[in-house]
Amino acid sequence: MLDVITLFLFSIIVYNIPLLYGTTGEIMIEKSGSLNLGVEGTMAIGAVAGYLIGMRSGSLLVACLVSFAASGLVGLLFAFLTVTLQANQNVTGLTITTFGVAFYYFIGNAVSNSESKWPALGDSPLDKQFSPIEIPLLSKIPVIGKVLFSHTILIYLGVIIAILMWLYFKKTVPGLKLRAIGENPGAADSLGVNITLYKYIHIIIGSGIMGIGGLYMALNMGGTFEGSNCWINGYGWISIALVIFANWSPAKAILGTFVFGFFNTLRVQNAPLASAFPKTLGWLTKIPAQFFSALPFIITLIVLLISSVRKNNNSCEPSAIGRNYYREDR
Amino acid sequence: MKKLVSLVLTAVFAVSCCISLSGCQAQTAPATSGATSKAEETTAGSKESESEAKPAAGDFKVGAIYINSQNDTSGYTFAHHKGITEGMKQVGLDPSKDLYIVDNVPEDDEKVKQAIDQLAGDGCNIIFGISFGYINAMNEKATEYPDIIFSHATGYMSNEKNFNNYFGRIYQARFLAGIAAGYKSLAIKNDNIGYVSAWGTEYAETCSGINGFALGARSVNPNAKIHVYEISTWGDQEKERQAAQVLIDTYKCGVIGQHCDSAQPQIVANEKGVFGCGYNSDMTAEAPKAHLCAAIWNWSAYYATAMKAAMTDKGSFMTTVGNYYQGLNAGLVDVSPLSSNCEPETAEAIKIAKDLMISGKWDVFSGVKLVFSGKAGAVAVEQKNDALKDNQGAEKVAAGGASVGDDVIQGSMNYYVEGVTQVN
Repeated sequence: MLDVITLFLFSIIVYNIPLLYGTTGEIMIEKSGSLNLGVEGTMAIGAVAGYLIGMRSGSLLVACLVSFAASGLVGLLFAFLTVTLQANQNVTGLTITTFGVAFYYFIGNAVSNSESKWPALGDSPLDKQFSPIEIPLLSKIPVIGKVLFSHTILIYLGVIIAILMWLYFKKTVPGLKLRAIGENPGAADSLGVNITLYKYIHIIIGSGIMGIGGLYMALNMGGTFEGSNCWINGYGWISIALVIFANWSPAKAILGTFVFGFFNTLRVQNAPLASAFPKTLGWLTKIPAQFFSALPFIITLIVLLISSVRKNNNSCEPSAIGRNYYREDR
Repeated sequence: MKKLVSLVLTAVFAVSCCISLSGCQAQTAPATSGATSKAEETTAGSKESESEAKPAAGDFKVGAIYINSQNDTSGYTFAHHKGITEGMKQVGLDPSKDLYIVDNVPEDDEKVKQAIDQLAGDGCNIIFGISFGYINAMNEKATEYPDIIFSHATGYMSNEKNFNNYFGRIYQARFLAGIAAGYKSLAIKNDNIGYVSAWGTEYAETCSGINGFALGARSVNPNAKIHVYEISTWGDQEKERQAAQVLIDTYKCGVIGQHCDSAQPQIVANEKGVFGCGYNSDMTAEAPKAHLCAAIWNWSAYYATAMKAAMTDKGSFMTTVGNYYQGLNAGLVDVSPLSSNCEPETAEAIKIAKDLMISGKWDVFSGVKLVFSGKAGAVAVEQKNDALKDNQGAEKVAAGGASVGDDVIQGSMNYYVEGVTQVN
């Protein structure tokens, strides 16, 4: 019975941490006043680039750096189009999603059909470096130990990034300037903040963080490429909604990830839960599987509905989000 | 100036997007050389000797409608694409010239009809539709184009002139894979065997597969229990992975069978140090330490037969080929080569069972059960009269009775046999 609960909670973290990467990356970009709808595509590109080159080099660090760089390049493209060329942010973001996912299939198919074949994670050095790290003592605690303290390095990294980003926004001067740009770029500009530079840097870093999330997904799925099934199966879209759920706070994004993860994991774990607790949770198996699959998206919808109806002062949405800043328009 | 630059850049960006997208979207062109080069290697040589005997190969064109991409490297569409290209070579056709494909076609009547019109316009003489949901569109279009032969996989509709359906007795191959799983469960002293299935009793295809696998495992290990996890979709990598994890962690399964698209269940088995039987293709490469053997399709057996018949005499297609439902005997299904993870007795037992099924003396869903015994080198089988019961204890075939009809396995089998439980 304890097994079932442990596996359930463990799965919430293991299968949903890409949401945290996607969300924190997107928060960083949105704080600079840009709305990037290209999360799904950015993650897909980071995943495929980081995995392939990581497998070749045999180093997880290289894989992470390549994912970061590849997705950062996508961010650079987004920044160039929207900041320098003033292109519409929504359209550019959507284009990046279509482009990124198609790029993923394009590269995947090309590599699979080539002579060297798609590299299998198997017992590669990358796989060894991706194995769980048991934190001494803490990981021995029943249930909690397995759930919180025996994970792969990229899970800890995701949480660390979220906390660092929270500190960056709250406690540092560049973080303050960044928030100012998101709220009122004209005012920030008049105070001498280099808007273009700030936007470029934060869009690139935010996109890079998403890329590591993509890489995590690739490694977590055993690194197999399926011709018709992308690793980033909707995680990018949920991330965008999670930003609103987390009220643009990286710290709350951690919580949001686990709330969404709960529903996401329920679609698989409902059966074991129902059979472990037939009296209290037996009803879970009566619900059609399709409902569970739709549940994360239904929750997304509800969150968006509530947050748009309930417009109050507590919202940390950057006021200038989605609008391009053009100095002469000031 | 700035406007001009942005315009040019946007155009370049748009074009590059289109190019990269076209790699994944529907194409109706002769199969690219990249996609067929694989098939070429495997059947090189057989082409010339066979091509002379075939009539009018020059203007015979083959159409195919795929549910996923023709460039897939594993899974359902891949298996069919490989079968069609190999089959074409066997009858002297050139897949790079004579094969017209519309891929990524969803199970939507309008879309399927469009694809059929397109292929008819290309001048195809026979059109294969590989997914179940194409059934109504194909049925309708078969009357509209009486000169084209329509051939539909996994369906149940047909007409007397130019529309047939085809499928195979994959449950026979699953019985053989079940034998491998059974021996493994004995060796590791764990009677729990897991099975990640797309669907459960809703589809006879999945249901008969589960039952075949279970009977195979229990012919070796009579105490084996098969725990079925139904994922309610034909393919979802992440769900397949998690389902396998549940079966191993919560239900303590030591061998994982599967009926779903990806190799995830085998990969999880590999990670967790248990064993598994794949499906559709030999998954030993994906799970080197875990994989035993997989139930596989060899679709070229059908495609070559169908194309040959259509090329020879289109009018008699429904009498020469008709509705096609074959198994081990025609080489349409088989098990992949046994990996070194298999127990030593496995190969002998599989051979015995396979010979019995090919000879037609015995079939899986009958009132006669096979019971294997003996060590490697001296594996013996006993044919025991024993009723086929469902998992509620109801008798389906009386002891000693003949096998259930094909129609049952094709459409109406909706019960699990003894020893199978669905966990969700």
